[in-house]
Amino acid sequence: MTSANPTLTTGSDATSALAEITQETLALTRRLFVQLARRPSTLVAGMLQPLIWLILFGALFANAPAGLLPGGMSYGRFLGAGVIVFTAFSGALNAGLPVMFDREFGFLNRLLVAPLRSRSSIVLASVLYITTLSLVQSLAIMVTASLLGYGWPGAAGLLLVLVTLLLLVFAVTALSLGLAFALPGHIELIAVIFVANLPLLFASTALAPLSFMPPWLGWLAALNPLTFAIEPIRSAYAGDLSLAAVVLEAPYGNLTTATCLGLLAALAAGLFLAIRPLLDRKLS
Amino acid sequence: MSVGFIELQHLNKRYGGGRKSAPVVALDDLCLSIPEGSLFGLLGPNGAGKTTTLRILCTLLSPDSGSVRVGDRDALADPRGVRSLLGYVAQEVAIDKILSGRELLQLQGDLYHLPRRRRDSRIDELIALLGMDDWIDRRCGGYSGGMRRRLDLAAGLLHSPRVLVLDEPTVGLDIESRSAIWTVLRQLRAAGTTVLLSSHYLEEVDALADQLAIIEAGRVIACGSPTSLKDALGGDRVTLRVREFSDENEALQVQALLKGCQGVRQVVVNRAQGFSLNLVIEHDGVIEQLRRQLAEADLPVFALAQSRPSLDDVYLQATGRTLMDAELAVAGNRDAKAERKQSMR
Repeated sequence: MTSANPTLTTGSDATSALAEITQETLALTRRLFVQLARRPSTLVAGMLQPLIWLILFGALFANAPAGLLPGGMSYGRFLGAGVIVFTAFSGALNAGLPVMFDREFGFLNRLLVAPLRSRSSIVLASVLYITTLSLVQSLAIMVTASLLGYGWPGAAGLLLVLVTLLLLVFAVTALSLGLAFALPGHIELIAVIFVANLPLLFASTALAPLSFMPPWLGWLAALNPLTFAIEPIRSAYAGDLSLAAVVLEAPYGNLTTATCLGLLAALAAGLFLAIRPLLDRKLS
Repeated sequence: MSVGFIELQHLNKRYGGGRKSAPVVALDDLCLSIPEGSLFGLLGPNGAGKTTTLRILCTLLSPDSGSVRVGDRDALADPRGVRSLLGYVAQEVAIDKILSGRELLQLQGDLYHLPRRRRDSRIDELIALLGMDDWIDRRCGGYSGGMRRRLDLAAGLLHSPRVLVLDEPTVGLDIESRSAIWTVLRQLRAAGTTVLLSSHYLEEVDALADQLAIIEAGRVIACGSPTSLKDALGGDRVTLRVREFSDENEALQVQALLKGCQGVRQVVVNRAQGFSLNLVIEHDGVIEQLRRQLAEADLPVFALAQSRPSLDDVYLQATGRTLMDAELAVAGNRDAKAERKQSMR
C-alpha cells in the first residue's frame, strides 16, 4: 500500500498549470467522445434529420416557379445552405444535455471534489466536443448535398462556411450550457430544445427568401441569428466570397458577409459573458 | 487533547427557508476534531447531518458559518488544496454507465493530474487490491452494487490521498463486498491513512473505528473511542425472559419485584421484544441474586443473557432512544426529492 504516501502530485510546481488544464480537459472531452462512439444514436439522428429535410423539402419545391428565388437559383441549391446551418444549430443546441445528466446523476460532484486546476475545463470539454460533432455533421451534409447536385463551395468557400458555422455553434453552445445549469432537469431542457428548434428554422431564410414572406415574418427572419449564418454560406455557395458582398436585403438595411459574421461573433461573445456568472456560481 | 488533522469548528448549515418551507437545520454548531491516522466513525441516524458534514469537508457545500481545516489548509480559503488531500466516496454512487471501470479510473486519474505511467500502475494495484480483475474492462452499467462501490473506492484511493472520506460505504452491500471494503479500510489505517466514515450501522462503527462521534440533529453528542464510551456508561446489560412470551401483567410484576434488588440500577419492560426485561446491573454477583429472587417468587427463567454495554446503549444514554427508534422516527418524513436537489448543482 502506498496510500499514505505524503508526496502529492497535485499542485506540484514542476507541472505547469497549462499542462494540468490540458490533461483534465482532454480527459473530459475523451469521455464525451467515448460515450458518442458507444451510443451513436445522437450522431446518426443528427445527420438523418437534415438529410430528410434536404431530400423531402428539396423534392417538394423542385418545381417552384422560375424567378421565385433570387438569381434564378434552383430550390435545392437554395435549401442547401439552410440545411447545413440547421444541422450545426440543432447539434449545438444539444450541448447542454450531457452536462445536465451529469448534474442529475451526481457525476458532476465527482468532478467538483477533484482538484481541477480550472473548472472551466468542464465547460471547455463540452465546447470542444459539441463543436467537433456539429462541424462533422455539417460536413457530412455538405458532401451529401454536393452528391445530390446542389453544389460545393470550393476550398476558400469551405473556409468561409466553417468559420460561419463555428461562430454560430459557439453562440448556441453557450446558450445550451447556460440552460443546462439554469433549468431544474433534463425534461425541461429537452422541452426548451424541442420548442426552440423548428420555429427558429421556419423564421429564418433557410426554407424561403425574405421576399417570399409577409412583412412581420420577414422582420423576424431578418433578426434571426440563423439567417446571419445562412446568408454568407449561401453567398459562398454562389461563388461570392467577398466580405463586402451584400448577402441580405433586410427591412432595416443591407447586411454584408462581414456584418453577419460580426453579429454572430458578438452574439457568441455576449452569450458566454452572460452565462459566466451562472457557471461561476454553479461550479464554485 | 491535541489538535486534530481535520478540524471542523462551529459548523452551521440550514437548507431551504424559502417562502414555501421553513428552513431545515442540518448542522447546529457542530465541532469535530479528527486525529491523523485514525479510523474515525461518524455514527447517527439518517438525517442527523452526517452527509452534510462530509459534503462540507469535501468542499461540495459551504457552511453558513464555521471553519474547516485539513492539515494546514483551510477548506474555505483554499478548497483546491484540500481537495488534493482528500479522497471522497459518496453515498450516491455516481459512475458513467457507458465507460468501463478502467476508463473511469483513467478519467479520475487525469482529474487528479497523475502522470500517465503512475496512473496506470496505480490502477493495476487497486484492481488487485479490490478484486476487480474480472470486471474492470466491462462497462460499469452492468456492475452489481458491490462492484460499483469497489470501483468508487478505487476512484477515491487513486491519488493516494492522506484522508479517505466515505459516506455510508456499505449500505445495501452483500457480505462479501462489505468485508472486502472493511479489509481495505483496516489496511489503509495500518498504512497511516486517516479514514473518516459515516454509518448508521452500530456494528460497523464498533468493529472498525478507533474513534467515533455520535451525531444527532446536527450536533455531536458523544465522542471518544468505542471502548471508552462504553466503559463510561458502566454496568452490564441483562436481558431476562421469564417465559418465551410473557404478557404485560407478568412483565410488570417481575419489574416491580426486581426493581428493589440491590445492585440493579434500572429495569425496563421491552414491549417490542415480547415483554422481555432489560436490566442494568452493577456487577456479576447481582445475577445470582436475581435468580434467587425469581425462584423465591416461584417464577421460571426462560432466558437470561448478560452483555457489556453496546454502542446502542451509548446512543440510548445520550439521546433517550435507541438508534433504531431514531431511524424509524425519521423514515417516514424523508424527502428524497429535496435531498436530491440539495446534492444537485
